[in-house]
Amino acid sequence: MSPSKTEHQLDARRLLCPLPVIRTQDAVAKLQTGEQITVISTDPGTKMDIPSWCRINGHEVKSIQESDNEIIITIEINHC
Amino acid sequence: MKQHKTQRKAVALISGGLDSMLAVKVIQKQGIHVEGINFFTGFCVEGHTHAIRKKHKDKQKRNNALWVAEQLGIKLHIVDVVDEYKDILLNPVHGYGKNVNPCLDCKTFMVKKAVQWLHEHDFDFIITGEVVGQRPMSQRRETMPIVAKDSGGNDLLVRPLSAQQLPATLPEREGWLDRDRLYDFSGRTRKPQMALAEQFGFTEYAQPAGGCCMLTDESYAIKLQDMWHNRPTREYELDDIIMLKMGRHFRLAPHLKIIIGREEGENNFMQGYKNQFVSIFPTSHRGALCLVDGEFHSDHERDTALALVARYSQGKNAPEVSLGIRQIDGSETQHSVTPMPAQAIKKEWII
Ligand code: SF4
Repeated sequence: MSPSKTEHQLDARRLLCPLPVIRTQDAVAKLQTGEQITVISTDPGTKMDIPSWCRINGHEVKSIQESDNEIIITIEINHC
Repeated sequence: MKQHKTQRKAVALISGGLDSMLAVKVIQKQGIHVEGINFFTGFCVEGHTHAIRKKHKDKQKRNNALWVAEQLGIKLHIVDVVDEYKDILLNPVHGYGKNVNPCLDCKTFMVKKAVQWLHEHDFDFIITGEVVGQRPMSQRRETMPIVAKDSGGNDLLVRPLSAQQLPATLPEREGWLDRDRLYDFSGRTRKPQMALAEQFGFTEYAQPAGGCCMLTDESYAIKLQDMWHNRPTREYELDDIIMLKMGRHFRLAPHLKIIIGREEGENNFMQGYKNQFVSIFPTSHRGALCLVDGEFHSDHERDTALALVARYSQGKNAPEVSLGIRQIDGSETQHSVTPMPAQAIKKEWII
C-alpha cells in the first residue's frame, strides 16, 4: 500500500526556534516533490519561520492551525 | 564558438544582521548566484527568549536569518552545530573575548563548515559580512587572515565590504568578481554600512552581529561561568544553556542552584522540565515555579529555597505561604514557610 499524502508527521513540540525549522528542513530533504508533511510545534515563532522557510525554498504551506498552544503546519514539498 | 560562461556560485554566512545582508547584495549585483548558510550553536539570542517570555509577545517573533534570506531572495540552509560547537566554546585556541565569546575560533569554525558545504555542493567561493577593524576580536586586520588560513577558506573567502583593504582573492583574480565594485570599509564606524543600506533600499534590518549571540552578553556569561564553576565538568547539553536564559538564578551552595520563573511564559516553559528537576510551587497563592538544579543537603537549605520561592509569589507579604515540592518521580510533599524578606536575600546568591 502506498503511503497517503499526509502520512509524514514531524513532532517539533517543545523545541525552540530555529530547531523546528531545522528539523523541518532535514525531514523535507528526505521527501519527494508532491508529498506532504505535517509539523506540530509549540514555539509561536514557527508560525512565521516555517512559512518563511517554505517561501524561500519553494515549498507550499497548505494550512496552519492552532489549538491548545500547538501549531500544526502542513507543507507540500516542491524540490523543483 | 564562444563558450557560454557558467554562473559562479557563492555561499554566504548569514547572521541575520545588516553586514551579511549587504555583502550578499554586493555580490548578487555582480551576477553571482548566492545561497546562505546559518549555523545554530544554541547561543543565538532570538527565538528562545522571545518564545518563552510573554513579555516579549508583541515583538515580532521572526528568525532574522530567514527574514534576511527572504529579502535577498536567496535560499538559506540552517545547520545544527550544537554538538560540534561545544569543543569550540570549551577549548578555544585563541581564547575568549570580553565575556565567554570565543569569536576568533567561532568564526574560523563557521568558515570551515562553509568550506565543507561549498565542496559538497559544488559552489565556487564563500562570502561573509566581515569588516576590517569592526569587532575587537575576530574582525581585526591581523586576525582576518588567521580566519582565512585556519578555516581552509584561504583565497576562496571574500569579504565584499572590506575587499579593497585585503589581498585580492581567487574570485577577484579570476575575474569572477570585479574588485573595483567591492568596498573598502574599515573601522568601527557603521556609517558606510548605513549609507550602502540606504542605497540598496534596505530600510529595516537587525542590529549588528554580536547583539545576537548570548556569549557576548555579560549576565549570560556570568551564569554560564557559574555553571562551569560548580559542576564537576564544563560539558553541557542544549537544555543547560537554554535554562541559563530563563528565570532568576540563585546560587545557594556549590551543589545547589534554584531557578525561579519571572512570569507566566517562563513558568509554562519550565513546567516541561519537571521530570528532569525537582520543582517547587506555591499552593496557597499564585506564584512562580522553581526548578532545583542540584540537591538539598539539609533542611535549612530546603527551607531557604522555599522561603525564596514564597518571596516571589503573590503571598510575599502574607505571614505564611504553603508550597509543594515535587520530586522527579512525581511524589509531592507539602510545606509552609514565612516568605523571605527582601533584605534577607543575600547578594552573593544572585547570579
Ligand atoms: S559573537 Fe558569538 S556567534 Fe559571533 S563570532 Fe562571536 S561567539 Fe561566534
